[in-house]
Amino acid sequence: MNDVSAPRDRLAEIAHSLEDWESNELAAFVARQPERKEDFRTFGGFPLKRVYTPLDTADIPPEDIGLPGRYPFTRGPYPTMYRGRFWTMRQIAGFGTAEDTNQRFKYLISQGQTGLSTDFDMPTLMGYDSDHPMSEGEVGREGVAIDTLADMEALFEGIDLENISVSMTINPSAWILLAMYVALAEKRGLDLNRLSGTIQADILKEYMAQKEWIFPIEPSVRIVRDCITYCARNMKRYNPINISGYHISEAGSSPLQEVAFTLANAITYVEEVTKTGMDVDEFAPRLAFFFVCQTDFFEEIAKFRAARRVYAKIMRERFGAKDPASMRLRFHCQTAAATLTKPQYKVNIVRTGFQALAAVLGGAQSLHTNGMDEAFAIPTEEAMKLALRTQQVVAHETRVPDVIDPVGGSYFLESLTSQYEMAIFDILDEVDRRGGTIKLINEGWFQRHIADFAYELAIKKQDGDHPVVGVNCYVEEAEEPDIEIHPYDPTTADRQIARLNEVRASRDEATVQNLLEKLKAVARNEDENIVPVTIELVRAGASMGDIVEALRTVWGTYRETPVF
Amino acid sequence: MQKDTPIRVMLAKVGLDGHDRGVKVVARALRDAGMDVIYTGLHRTAEEVAMAAVQEDVDVLGISLLSGAHMTIFPKILRTIEDQDSKGIIILGGGVMPDEDVAELKEMGVQEILLQDTPPQEIVSTIRELVAARGPR
Repeated sequence: MNDVSAPRDRLAEIAHSLEDWESNELAAFVARQPERKEDFRTFGGFPLKRVYTPLDTADIPPEDIGLPGRYPFTRGPYPTMYRGRFWTMRQIAGFGTAEDTNQRFKYLISQGQTGLSTDFDMPTLMGYDSDHPMSEGEVGREGVAIDTLADMEALFEGIDLENISVSMTINPSAWILLAMYVALAEKRGLDLNRLSGTIQADILKEYMAQKEWIFPIEPSVRIVRDCITYCARNMKRYNPINISGYHISEAGSSPLQEVAFTLANAITYVEEVTKTGMDVDEFAPRLAFFFVCQTDFFEEIAKFRAARRVYAKIMRERFGAKDPASMRLRFHCQTAAATLTKPQYKVNIVRTGFQALAAVLGGAQSLHTNGMDEAFAIPTEEAMKLALRTQQVVAHETRVPDVIDPVGGSYFLESLTSQYEMAIFDILDEVDRRGGTIKLINEGWFQRHIADFAYELAIKKQDGDHPVVGVNCYVEEAEEPDIEIHPYDPTTADRQIARLNEVRASRDEATVQNLLEKLKAVARNEDENIVPVTIELVRAGASMGDIVEALRTVWGTYRETPVF
Repeated sequence: MQKDTPIRVMLAKVGLDGHDRGVKVVARALRDAGMDVIYTGLHRTAEEVAMAAVQEDVDVLGISLLSGAHMTIFPKILRTIEDQDSKGIIILGGGVMPDEDVAELKEMGVQEILLQDTPPQEIVSTIRELVAARGPR
């Protein structure tokens, strides 16, 4: 009794019993009825066994699985998780002018949404004013148009910013939106340390995947650094960055690449900020993440759990973090838009429901569920309501949130989580060996890996090896969709440009020009922070285009050499 | 056209749209099918792309758009190419566009629009058929 070899004996027994089962029950059954295919794999290509047993988890250190709210956070970042409060239900919205989006925000809040998330139009995302020639046809189309502080005021009119968190999906021009948000809050007399929310501001994944950029990589990373240090000192509850795998996945990567590339980016940002002398524990607790939830149910759950474990180890071992909050990966999640189909579009509700459940089983802190109509256009109010209701069903009816990490301990899931952990570290090691993230972006290394997986998937879909209901199986002929599409208001650009011109006419031009000179001086000095002068500029009525064009004269413009 | 002259295709992204997953899949599929493929990269203007297609003397110009700006961009491309008197260039569209816009674009002179989830093989065969139907230039 109590012999230390007892667990090993027990494993030997299990191994024996497994062999016995394979040669008896299984062999006889398969002889009569072969399995559906020879080789089962996850969506991301991890080989799958027929059944998992304690043999598959025997080598996993129990402390790696651990407990929620404790290092390495495999089971969740907090000790009570959804027993304390549900994830934030955060449906993204943005179209037309600020007033149009403000109305949608108020509608979503009235339907029980608990956080706001803003989508901007392409000109705003890329730093162009609405009247720039490149903006033609794009103003207010894919998101809301913001040129000046006046737009920001209209966007959040009547919304209590101290009591709702606001996420802004914006990258190369993120610091200007942050400056507008701060200027707006100060104008309203709010306490900056009580504001919660995030700007996405993850520029590295733009060069890898989403492809929204303005300046070359180095000055762009410096802007991110400046946002992180500014927020660490002035906005204690604000997340200055949302390090994002979502777009890497949507651009075609595998789930493994999504997480590994995202963590490679996180490492780069932490290195850049610590170079300024700021202690890792002063800013790391506010770093936040954003991942997709794809269709392979268990693979996604394992992916989220492994991401938390790997991040905790990196922050403690590589960066010497001491505060557990610096090691705790928190993430927003969105169901996978690229899995939505135009044929039989109502099936998208079902897809999204399963993806939402996997996100919750994976321990997401906030969630956006896609609208059923997103393969057509940006979602209608009705589609957004159904998507929000999907989350509410998961929260209130399934009872899944009542137990923390309820699938943890599954032989299969723990085994896959550990395989993911090892594979992520392998990729991170390779990135280091090849000279680091920025060098590899310049070489197109990440971009090529993403394009490769996207191409393989396109071929698998074509050949039917990757089934998509309604697209390559269970296809219905000549469907007439009975769908109402979100309309684009053709007066948007005129209304937007009119307000921009009003702001330009009413501001003190000399003040703006002086501040733009000051901005260029700050840009030339690496050691200064670009956020404070940008706050002064937006307050004085400078537009996004004014600020960006001034900086182009200092930093130039990024141009990609595409790989395919 | 000689049978062994490869079909020349230019693929382009116009405007601020950064969605390049689809266009790169198409580029690779056409290249694997033996066509000469030029990809312009992102954020080009309509005029730039149309002029480049004329100068490169391509058989096919494929425009990928997922930004919703297609009704602004296609007319500019068609006009520029027409001004250059290069009517032999076959203009194709791809991406995400509402069905009623697709019908209107085809009336304007876009020969075919291949939306999301079109199998790569179908894109290859559509291009071969359109080039064969146009005949030698």
